[in-house]
Amino acid sequence: MAAPTSDPAAELPSDPDTDVVDVPVGPPVPGPLHLASLALVFVGGTFGTAGREALTLLIPPSGGVPWAVLAANLLGAFALGVLLEALVRRGADHGARRTLRLLLGTGFLGGFTTYSALVTDTAVLWGSGAAGLATVYSLGTLLVGALATVAGILLAAAVHRRRVDAEAAA
Amino acid sequence: MSPLLFLVVALAGGVGAAARFALDSVIHSTTARRRLGTALPWGTLAINLSGSLLLGVLVGAVGAGALGDEWQWALGSGFLGGYTTFSTASFETVRMLQQRRWTAGLVNGLLQLVVATALAGAGLWLGSLL
Repeated sequence: MAAPTSDPAAELPSDPDTDVVDVPVGPPVPGPLHLASLALVFVGGTFGTAGREALTLLIPPSGGVPWAVLAANLLGAFALGVLLEALVRRGADHGARRTLRLLLGTGFLGGFTTYSALVTDTAVLWGSGAAGLATVYSLGTLLVGALATVAGILLAAAVHRRRVDAEAAA
Repeated sequence: MSPLLFLVVALAGGVGAAARFALDSVIHSTTARRRLGTALPWGTLAINLSGSLLLGVLVGAVGAGALGDEWQWALGSGFLGGYTTFSTASFETVRMLQQRRWTAGLVNGLLQLVVATALAGAGLWLGSLL
C-alpha cells in the first residue's frame, strides 16, 4: 500500500481547547479573557455537565464501575473527533465555526467528559483492593476512547468526501 | 437529588469549563514560543493533573466526614468535572499519533493517566486527614 502523499488531518489543531490554535489564515483571534468566548464555553460547559449528571442519575455505578462516566467519556471522545474534523474540513477557525468549536467542543463536550472522575474512581478501586478492575477500567477508557476519537475523525472525513463528490457530480 | 442541587452542579460545571478555557489559553500563549513549548499540550495536562489531585482531596474529605455529600456533587461532579476533560486529552493524543509523534502520544495518553491516578490517590490520602 502506497504511503499517503499528504496528511489528510494536517489542518487539525494540536490543542483544540485554546483560543490560540495554529490556524494559518483568518482574522486574529481574541485573547483568553475575551468575554464572548468565555460565555460560549460557560454555556456549553453547563449543558455538558448537566448531561453527564443526568446520565449519572439514570445509570448508577454498579460493581464499582461508574458506567455513566465511562459512557460520557467514550461518547464525548467520539463526538469531539466528529466535531473538530467536520469543522476543519469546512474552513478556518473563525466566525460561526469558531463559535461552534467553543460552544460544543470546548464547552459542551469538555464539560460532558471528565478526567478527574476517571482517575479518582480508578484510585478508589485500586485502594479497595480491586487493582485488576481499576486497571481494566482506566486503560480500557483510554484505549477505547482513543479508538472512538479516531472513528469520529474518520466518519466526519468520509461524510465530507461524500458531500464534496456529490457537489462535484451536481 | 433536588432540582436546585442539579442546577448548582450544572452551573459549577460551566464555571469549571470557563476556567479551563481561560487557563489553557494563558498556558498555551506563554509556552508556545518556548523550546518544548509545543512538545506536549501543557495546558490540558496542567488542568487534568491539578483537577485530579483536587478531586482526590475532595472525595477523601467527604469520605472522612469533613465535608457533606453536596460538596462532592457541586465541586466534584460539577466544577472539577467541567474543569477537567477526557475528550480533549484523547483528541490531542490521537493527533500526536497521527503525526507519528509516538513518544509524545504515549506520554500524553499513558503517562498522563498514571500520574493523574497517583495524584488522585495522594489527594484521597490528604483529604482523609482533614
